[in-house]
Amino acid sequence: MIDLLWLIPALPFAGFLVLILAGSRLPRIVVAVLGAGSVGFSAVVACLIGIEFISSPLVKTSFTRTVWTWMSFEGFSPSTSFCLDSLSLLMVLVVTVVGFLIHLYSVEFMADDDAYHRYFAYMNLFVTAMLVLVLADNLMLLYLGWEGVGLCSYLLIGFWYKDPVNARAAMKAFVMTRIGDTGMIVGLFLLYNSLGTLEIHELMVRAVRDWPVGSVMATVAAALLLCGALGKSAQLPLQTWLPDAMAGPTPVSALIHAATMVTAGVYLIARTHELFALAPAVQAAVAVIGVATLLVAGFSALAQQDLKRVLAYSTISQIGYMFLALGVGAWSAAMFHFAIHAFFKSLLFLGAGAIIMSTHHEQNMFRLGGLRTQLPVTFWTFLAGAASLAALPLITSGFYSKDAILWYAWSSEKGSVWLWLGGVAGALLTSIYTFRMVFLIFFGEARTKVYKRPGTAMLVPLIVLAVLSMVAGFIELPHTLGDVRLFSGYLGAVLPPVPIPPGQASLEGILGIVAAAVSVVGICLAYLLFLKVPQIADRAASTLAGRALHRLWLEGCGFDWLYQRLLVFPFVTIARINRSDFIDFFYQLAAFLAEGLHQGLSATQTGRTRHYAVGIGVGALIIIGMAVWL
Amino acid sequence: MASVPMEHGLLLAGILFGLGFLGVLVRRNIVFMLMCVEIMLNAAALAFVAAGSRWAQPDGQVMFIFILTVAAAEVAVGLALVLQFYRGFRTVDMDAADRMRG
Amino acid sequence: MILVWLIVIPLAAGVLAWVVGRGDSVWPRWTALAAMVLEFVLAVWLWVDSASGALATTKLPWLLHARYEWIPELGIGFSLAMDGLSLVLVVLSAFLGIVSVVCSWSEIEEQVGFFHFNLLATVAGIIGVFLATDLILFYFFWEIMLVPMYLLIRIWGHENRAYAAIKFFLFTQAGALAMLVAILALYFLHGQQTGTYTFDYFQLIGTTLNPAASMLIMLGFFAAFAVKLPAVPFHTWLPDAHTEAPTAGSVILAGLLLKTGGYGLIRFILPLFPGSAAAFANAGMALGVVGIIYGAILAFAQTDLKRLVAYTSISHLGFVLLGVFSFNGMALQGAVIQMVCHGISTGALFVLVGLLQERIHTRDLDQMGGLWSTVPRMGGMALVFALASLGLPGFGNFIGEFLVLMGTFHTNHWMAAVAAGGLVLACVYALWMMLRGFFGAATQERNISDLSAREMLVMAVMAAAIFWLGVFPQPTIDVTVPALDGVRKVARLAGEESRTPDVAKFQQLKTGLGRTTKPMQGPGENR
Repeated sequence: MIDLLWLIPALPFAGFLVLILAGSRLPRIVVAVLGAGSVGFSAVVACLIGIEFISSPLVKTSFTRTVWTWMSFEGFSPSTSFCLDSLSLLMVLVVTVVGFLIHLYSVEFMADDDAYHRYFAYMNLFVTAMLVLVLADNLMLLYLGWEGVGLCSYLLIGFWYKDPVNARAAMKAFVMTRIGDTGMIVGLFLLYNSLGTLEIHELMVRAVRDWPVGSVMATVAAALLLCGALGKSAQLPLQTWLPDAMAGPTPVSALIHAATMVTAGVYLIARTHELFALAPAVQAAVAVIGVATLLVAGFSALAQQDLKRVLAYSTISQIGYMFLALGVGAWSAAMFHFAIHAFFKSLLFLGAGAIIMSTHHEQNMFRLGGLRTQLPVTFWTFLAGAASLAALPLITSGFYSKDAILWYAWSSEKGSVWLWLGGVAGALLTSIYTFRMVFLIFFGEARTKVYKRPGTAMLVPLIVLAVLSMVAGFIELPHTLGDVRLFSGYLGAVLPPVPIPPGQASLEGILGIVAAAVSVVGICLAYLLFLKVPQIADRAASTLAGRALHRLWLEGCGFDWLYQRLLVFPFVTIARINRSDFIDFFYQLAAFLAEGLHQGLSATQTGRTRHYAVGIGVGALIIIGMAVWL
Repeated sequence: MASVPMEHGLLLAGILFGLGFLGVLVRRNIVFMLMCVEIMLNAAALAFVAAGSRWAQPDGQVMFIFILTVAAAEVAVGLALVLQFYRGFRTVDMDAADRMRG
Repeated sequence: MILVWLIVIPLAAGVLAWVVGRGDSVWPRWTALAAMVLEFVLAVWLWVDSASGALATTKLPWLLHARYEWIPELGIGFSLAMDGLSLVLVVLSAFLGIVSVVCSWSEIEEQVGFFHFNLLATVAGIIGVFLATDLILFYFFWEIMLVPMYLLIRIWGHENRAYAAIKFFLFTQAGALAMLVAILALYFLHGQQTGTYTFDYFQLIGTTLNPAASMLIMLGFFAAFAVKLPAVPFHTWLPDAHTEAPTAGSVILAGLLLKTGGYGLIRFILPLFPGSAAAFANAGMALGVVGIIYGAILAFAQTDLKRLVAYTSISHLGFVLLGVFSFNGMALQGAVIQMVCHGISTGALFVLVGLLQERIHTRDLDQMGGLWSTVPRMGGMALVFALASLGLPGFGNFIGEFLVLMGTFHTNHWMAAVAAGGLVLACVYALWMMLRGFFGAATQERNISDLSAREMLVMAVMAAAIFWLGVFPQPTIDVTVPALDGVRKVARLAGEESRTPDVAKFQQLKTGLGRTTKPMQGPGENR
């Protein structure tokens, strides 16, 4: 079974090929079966392979299968090889299972769209590219998947291309991630140039062997890879594309811009964690960027009116937590939060999609309200997701994953109180904006009509994901609460545990309680501010400072504004000014001079015989004169 | 027989040539221009004769006869051109033919 | 003999097309198509044959030779030879020849016979350039391809064709003259040294030159190749020529004519003047990087779609220049792949622009917009080639750019890092083109047809080719590796020589490049 590893990405790719080539001629039901079915089948294969892999001794190492050699000369031979280890298996399972659920959801959600086949073709291509990304055994193939998911993100953000706003958002997303990717590809060159391979496992072995901790090469290489991760995972300073990416269909946001693609950066860092461990400066930067991002995004989420934009900022913020975990060396905690986040965030997006569909594309939270009674299933599942996002203590998965990160942010050798404080502040923000969203949409008076209710194909994924985001966390519990280590134990073969300095362990319980308290306080604050006495919030927002802050947060803390003036405007202006290519001016000048010379000389050609005769005469006189006197 | 000195002959030829050339330059009538060219030709021929007489060589007179033939041919071709010119331009003003102006 | 056929077939078919084209517009097309298909089949057969035969067993760079006397008094011979590099480029020429015949099927309606004569004569000249191993013969073909191309632009071009055609002619001619002077200088210097006056490539390769002369002669060659490539300060003929040329002309120009510049760099500059080229390397790489960035910025600024595509060529061929002058095997290989892939991807974009112009009678991006909803198949194809053009992995261009940058990084970190910035800019112009042209709301109601079966076939074949090159580049690499090996060794040693002179070994290797490649037994075919 495990030899069929190539089948996991091949199935969705086959789906893509059929749909893109013949999709327009197939009936919609066939398109749906092909689109969702290929991913579903791939998920089944992934599960079977996963079971076999976990129960075999391979789980402690890895399994690599080469499909074909991409190219090979001068010792450079990246191959199309897939490598399965516990980390990539985790990613594969999340991608295929969540991917399948979202495909299933899309069958109904996109049912009225004209370009049904195009949608599923792109989605299948995305799943393929994402699977190639996580299964790649060398960085060049990983880069192929990396750009592939970027492409699908572009295609799907701009899926409703008739609105130029969407097309622009798509382009922005692609270009911004490409900026990071270019840093990453230079990092690839650096790694190959110094270590002589791009095969990830071998690369890490050689890096550890050749580079001492803190060496310049390791630092630069890690920093360049980090560029790619920042772009793809929408972290500061390359985060501004993600909120705009919400222009795509909502299931796309759920799959690409919440659950899978945007966490590729986290995966990349976890995958090359040996390299990052060799560069403490870069790793510290990862942690700081993570905290800064989670705070900036958390504040921005607080002021948004658009439901999907709240979720987008929340995604940025949650990935900030993952970066924080990576930065303090808590690799498996980051991956744990990734998995849990994939469940609850895709659930929230799918729930948002259900709301948007039911209310005829109403995304403004202030025009929604009171939907609790009209959309009960959506409400309860959304609530489960929101609770998990807000890390409601004890009963939600999100609590366990976030608590682990906060604990390591404090206790790890690389952690500090400041990182922990930032994380806790972020947790408070998270629970406030999450429940602000819940209260505005589902409570209060009804402000919009419900036109239609989601059907089975949409409700089943919601329920499955809701269950997952409640219970999935119980595979990893802190010491103080049962001490279950299934997840980190499973990943232990790839990702080393966090070294905790002695004397810290006793704090774990206290910190856990603080985190739990912050979450609950946040929910209560949200209840107070946005449901019980909204006047307080309104009054605070109407002061001068309040208005300025609100404006700043609404605009995502002004990064877009800055980039527009600092980068886009100068580039466009210079390009426009130089449209006709100033270099051509020099050639035009040469042509102009030749033209002038021509004009001057041709003036002497009067066409009158007598004038020519003068010329002859004068010439003859000059020659005679020269002959006589010289 | 006191011969005319060569310098006189050459001076006369030079003056004639100059006059002919001046005529080519200042006259616009194509017929007159042709005549002036004839004068120039004859001036050159005269120079040959003068030189031939100075060195008592027959070559000068041979050249004179040769130039005479050339002049005859030239007049024939020239007059034909003049006729064609007149037909084409309905004038004998040479300046009308400046189509090759730069 | 087969090498001669490769040149004669298009030329003869061209004459035939001209003859049958008097008063008839269907037969010339079929004649030209048949000739190009025959040419393609022949070239591919050579590839398959050599991949399984000569290449696999001997590992010698040269696959075929053909040598005939031409003007023996002056040491000029009609000598052709083919190695992996020329083979790949000949296959590309035949392929793009087919494409350009098919894409002119409905575009060209006047003087069809003469058009196809010019088209095929250009292709014949280009193939001659790729095969010639006598410098005068090379120069001869270099000029041969110029005149019919001039006529293609002059007669069948768009609004501003006279200006563009003359500009194209003047630029390339000026470069070619510099090359002629350099060829003659090399001829006389070699003659003075050895006593044999010859233009034969394999003999000239062993010439020892003093650095100053070598540098001057190299710059003469470089002038011609830099104009053709085009390297940045000499590029301004290109946007005009590409924009005004008919579609087939643009395809041949971008796809093939520019490749002769890159081919010349690899075939002549590196082996003949490795020392000077090494001394010139930093300047060459800098020109390449400037081209990459500058071309991309200009492409973004254009409002004329065809002009936009034309400027992308400058950016893409900057990678070729960079790869050649970075003196690294990987980068050199990348440059070759980049040449092939650029030929296909940019050729396809020109075909698309041509088809679009046939339908909406404008190339102005301001008047487009929202075309996807009207012509989705065309939009899809434009997207595919825009993505190939921006270097998305999975397409051949990525392999080329990746290898060039990776190799360059070994030589010069900063050049590679700055050139990598070109990837971002490529992304900006390619997506901007899609955004302006195909996305958004339709600006006006248009009643135009989507790609027909014939057009779709051309596009699909080109898309498949570029995809194949991106996923399975190995066959192309295999066939070119032996050809580049010799160049690479000499070049690498020259790079080292400029620091620590080991003249004896270097000279031995340099003449060795001529010797091992010359198993000739007199005139005639040597297979």
